[in-house]
Amino acid sequence: MAEMTFREALGLALAQEMERDDQIFLMGEEVAQYQGAYKVSQGLLEKFGEKRVVDAPITEAGFVGLGIGAAHVGMRPVIEVMTFNFAILALDQIINNAAKLRQMSGGQIEVPMVLRGPGGAGGSLGSQHSQSLEQQYVHIPGIKVVMPSTPDNAKALLKAAIRDPDPVIFIESEKLYNSRGEVNEDPDYVLPIGKANVHKEGTDVTIITWSRMLTHVVEPAVEILEGEFGVSCEIIDCWSLSPLDFETLTNSVKKTGRCVVVEESWPKASVGAWIASEMYARCFDYLDAEIARVYQKDVPLSYAFNLEEISLPRPVDVVEAVKQVSYIS
Amino acid sequence: MATSAQAEDKAKNAKSPSSSEVSDSQSAIPKPRVDLPAEKLMEMYRQMLLIRRFEERCAQQYQMGKIKGFCHLYIGQEAVGVGTVAALGEKDYIFQTYRDHGQALIRGCSSREVMAELFGKATGCSKGKGGSMHMFKVSHGMMGGNGIVGGHVPLATGVGWKLMYNKEKAVAVCFMGEAAMNQGVFHESLNMASLWNLPVIYIVENNLYGMGTAVHRASAEPELHLRTPGAYRIRGVKVDGMDVLEMYAAIDEARTIAIEEGRPTFINAVCYRYRGHSMSDPAKTYRTKDEVSQWQLRDPMKRLEAQYPDLFPEEKVEALEKEIKEEVMDAIKFAEDSPFPNDREIWSDVYIDYPGYIGPDGEFR
Repeated sequence: MAEMTFREALGLALAQEMERDDQIFLMGEEVAQYQGAYKVSQGLLEKFGEKRVVDAPITEAGFVGLGIGAAHVGMRPVIEVMTFNFAILALDQIINNAAKLRQMSGGQIEVPMVLRGPGGAGGSLGSQHSQSLEQQYVHIPGIKVVMPSTPDNAKALLKAAIRDPDPVIFIESEKLYNSRGEVNEDPDYVLPIGKANVHKEGTDVTIITWSRMLTHVVEPAVEILEGEFGVSCEIIDCWSLSPLDFETLTNSVKKTGRCVVVEESWPKASVGAWIASEMYARCFDYLDAEIARVYQKDVPLSYAFNLEEISLPRPVDVVEAVKQVSYIS
Repeated sequence: MATSAQAEDKAKNAKSPSSSEVSDSQSAIPKPRVDLPAEKLMEMYRQMLLIRRFEERCAQQYQMGKIKGFCHLYIGQEAVGVGTVAALGEKDYIFQTYRDHGQALIRGCSSREVMAELFGKATGCSKGKGGSMHMFKVSHGMMGGNGIVGGHVPLATGVGWKLMYNKEKAVAVCFMGEAAMNQGVFHESLNMASLWNLPVIYIVENNLYGMGTAVHRASAEPELHLRTPGAYRIRGVKVDGMDVLEMYAAIDEARTIAIEEGRPTFINAVCYRYRGHSMSDPAKTYRTKDEVSQWQLRDPMKRLEAQYPDLFPEEKVEALEKEIKEEVMDAIKFAEDSPFPNDREIWSDVYIDYPGYIGPDGEFR
């Protein structure tokens, strides 16, 4: 174990995997000479050379499609988008090619590609650079979606994503890059895709969340809820949103009888809405209260610091939601 | 009013592409560009005839309701696919558009597999899941028909990347319609292919109309091969796509350049589709009957016959016709008799391993 930042943990995962398999290459904007727009790929160019760490022109549909093309004839590309806001330009490639080639070909093709980069709000970046768009990908059958929350699971899940034979969308919260934590450095340490993690056990209410919301919003809220209100909270961290581990979610909600879903994204047709609907269907007889949801306000994110702050989910919103489902006034 | 409208029409026609664009005259038969063995010439002729007859039966089966959905016929464009595939090696890859039956038939798929796919049957080359627009035979480097105009151009470029990366002596060939050139990914892909020296041959099957929109109404530079040298330093070559040997020669040359120098080539293969864009298009509003019949005078099979009269005596062609008819009728019967995919198949081939889906072992997760 060693302490490192989220970005260093991702860089370590890339280096270890590239060491293991020479068919893995990293391509994206500014990943090589610039050392990564967010420094995730720092040092990789020196280590692996320009053939394996490749600066792409600003041409998202082009290099994402190139990655899919290389993957579907046996390579293992890791394609970095500078942010997932820009992956919108490559959505046709992702939805119509990456997600569908296996099925359209009757199983003749695999697309073992990872598309990774930062997502979510970054801090005063304005509306075009501050979006949580995971629901776009979760909606599509044929691709997997992984969103890590700590340096340790970021490293182990990125390795799992690279080894996975299906296309994996790997979204890293921009605000987590500097967060620090203990990381298992073992090259064979890999976490499974498709599992949710019981991050903290509790008895009174289940809080389901993922990515940055875990450490920045839910944990501070739980501290208040347990300290001031004596509510024992169970926190589920959805490491992967597709597949989603409904077994773990269901077991927890059946145990506590109360459920709050916390996401950074907007409320309409969101992952949180889907989870809430599934929890109603799977745990209806066990629920002691309506499910509450916490999400970003349904408006484009403003630059103004105060407006940005009140747009995004805050710990106080989670405190209120848990109080509501616990009938605490 | 009538006269001015007519004058306007005339002006439009003058601008619109015509059969004289490529070859000098219809009466003079161009000398073959390459000298291929008789056996190879016969095979190329047989492939063109197979595609022609197969597609005619597709139209019939479509009208009978056996084939559904979108169905785009290759009739008229046979020389482009056949000339290209004939010049390729076993390890080369091809990518097609949604007008993909022709290439499927000559690159790895039997007539049975293609017809069964059109019938949506489990015995089809994509297990009935792809349909007319998505024929795949990956074991033969036939990487499939893509339904999004230009959507497969970066995929072929990615295969070029793999070939370059692993120093493989092979090429990726990307067929596309001329309308794909106006898509962003076309430019994105060619830029990368040139930057990184990828062995890719981009072939525009320039049948002069993107659905019903003539080239000059969609492309600011209607001489399409002029668009790539300046912008991407990619060699642009105009080829008579109605001449199978011209196609062969152009691809053979491009392939050598790709493998020896790692440079991509862009081919503007001027050809003509005799039928509408798809089965729902009678092709009456945007082109004239006269234009169609002018192009039919340059039919690729007729040309090959004229170039090698000794090779194609009437009785030989008749025997071939008979053989191909049997093959296509057999394919129809095979498709008819084949089962639809099992209902369970709906959950397979989506993920390798995922809850709620069937894995490669045939078991539900």
